[in-house]
Amino acid sequence: MGAPVAPRIRLHGFGIAYGGAPLFDGLDFEAAGAGVTALLGASGVGKSTLLRAIAGLAPPGAGTAATEGGVSLMAQDDALLPWAGAIDNVAIGARLRGARPDRARAAALLASVGLPQLAGLPGAWSGGMKKRVALARLLYEDRPVALLDEPFAALDALTRGTIHALAARLLEGRLALLVTHDPLEALALADRIVVLGGSPARIALDETPPQRPYAALRDALDPGLRRLHARILLALGTSS
Amino acid sequence: MKAALSALGVLVALVAIWQVVSLATGLPAYILPSPAQTLAAGCAQRTILASNALTTLGEMVLGFATGALLGVLCALAMAAAAPLRRLLRPALIASQAIPVFALAPLFVVWMGYGLAPKIAIAALVIFFPVAIAFADGLRRTPPALLEAARVMAGPGARWRVLLHIALPAALPALATGLRLGAGVAAIAAVIGEWAGSSSGLGYLMLWANSRSQVPLMFATLIVLFVLAIAFSALVDHLSRRLTPWLKETD
Ligand SMILES: Nc1ncnc2c1ncn2[C@@H]1O[C@H](COP(=O)(O)OP(=O)(O)O)[C@@H](O)[C@H]1O
Ligand SMILES: [Mg+2]
Repeated sequence: MGAPVAPRIRLHGFGIAYGGAPLFDGLDFEAAGAGVTALLGASGVGKSTLLRAIAGLAPPGAGTAATEGGVSLMAQDDALLPWAGAIDNVAIGARLRGARPDRARAAALLASVGLPQLAGLPGAWSGGMKKRVALARLLYEDRPVALLDEPFAALDALTRGTIHALAARLLEGRLALLVTHDPLEALALADRIVVLGGSPARIALDETPPQRPYAALRDALDPGLRRLHARILLALGTSS
Repeated sequence: MKAALSALGVLVALVAIWQVVSLATGLPAYILPSPAQTLAAGCAQRTILASNALTTLGEMVLGFATGALLGVLCALAMAAAAPLRRLLRPALIASQAIPVFALAPLFVVWMGYGLAPKIAIAALVIFFPVAIAFADGLRRTPPALLEAARVMAGPGARWRVLLHIALPAALPALATGLRLGAGVAAIAAVIGEWAGSSSGLGYLMLWANSRSQVPLMFATLIVLFVLAIAFSALVDHLSRRLTPWLKETD
């Protein structure tokens, strides 16, 4: 399914400011190939802005923000169309590209996020349902680079556990950049963990966990992961 | 439906006050006819009332349809291209600044005594609320929806984003514009008739007045009132169908 180009995100000397002090000033960041990178940072540090810039929605004031391979975005606000049902929401991208929506594929993706036969309109769905429909829409786009802005924030802990496993499987083979405020979520899902901190924001921590830790997390963290968890919290603490 | 019922309530209350006033003051029928005298006049002239009501209703419906269609097209044109927006916005404001009362006789001179000038006047009045509400709605698409659409659509998909995102998102605003327009349709039709006509409720009112048939004039006024309310209620009902996803909170 994947595009022939290896997926890549590249920020070089990236800077952006809204009126006052710059959010970013000369940030360098690169991610390439399949894998999940978790992006953490205090609220307001600029995580959503960074994702919007990578998606081409916020032009950088300085430097470059570029992707290779085609990008899809699951925004923090799930941005579902309030007038459209689940399948039409998932397949809206096809209409926007002037193509015929593949309703069968949209239905299959809804089933894969645990919402087969979801009826009604977004106004009647729970926060968790909306997030999952938005995830199905991201997967319908089938782009090598997937940007997810706090995709699981509205889910309760139980739903989260199942959806983490699901998301890990569904995002396989893509370059995913996943914003979260939960270090455990980052440890559960990510091959690489990046923490943003300071003003203008810089990379306060950039680590690769020693293993894909789902099994370890299910019981207790192993000592190495526990130390990394502590360092993430420390980095988050110093950044706010 | 609820709106129609409360309008009926208002009507009943007004009739009651009116009966009390006409009893208390004892004014003659050629100054203030009682509800009973008005009802008698209305029943006696029911064929005339009905045929003239039909004329006015036709003017309202055609004027509303024309004005709403032009308003929708104008708003779409403004959303489609910035040069059109710069051209049409002043025209839109001007169309509202025109004193319709002053213009109505001119329309009659240009278009004659028939249906055409009434439709033109009603369309002119209804055009503005529809165009301005829909144009505003088209400009105020929730940014989150627009951004999501831009990432999915890629560059150069302006028209499809307008069609699939901005247009449905603007339907609640359009519905509001249509309701405002429907509310003034009857007034616009009567203004057209007063400027020159040989039928319609506005014409019948002038005719009855000139012959001192004040009870008939009152009956005509009441038929006009009912017609205006019914038309508003109908448009209100239909416009809700544009936005089935909206929950009303009342
Ligand atoms: N379009 C914008 N206009 C003005 N200010 C903005 C805009 N986008 C973001 N900001 C500001 O930039 C800061 C970072 O926002 P954001 O990227 O959403 O942070 P985070 O996602 O890390 O919580 C906030 O203070 C926010 O108010
Ligand atoms: Mg954010």
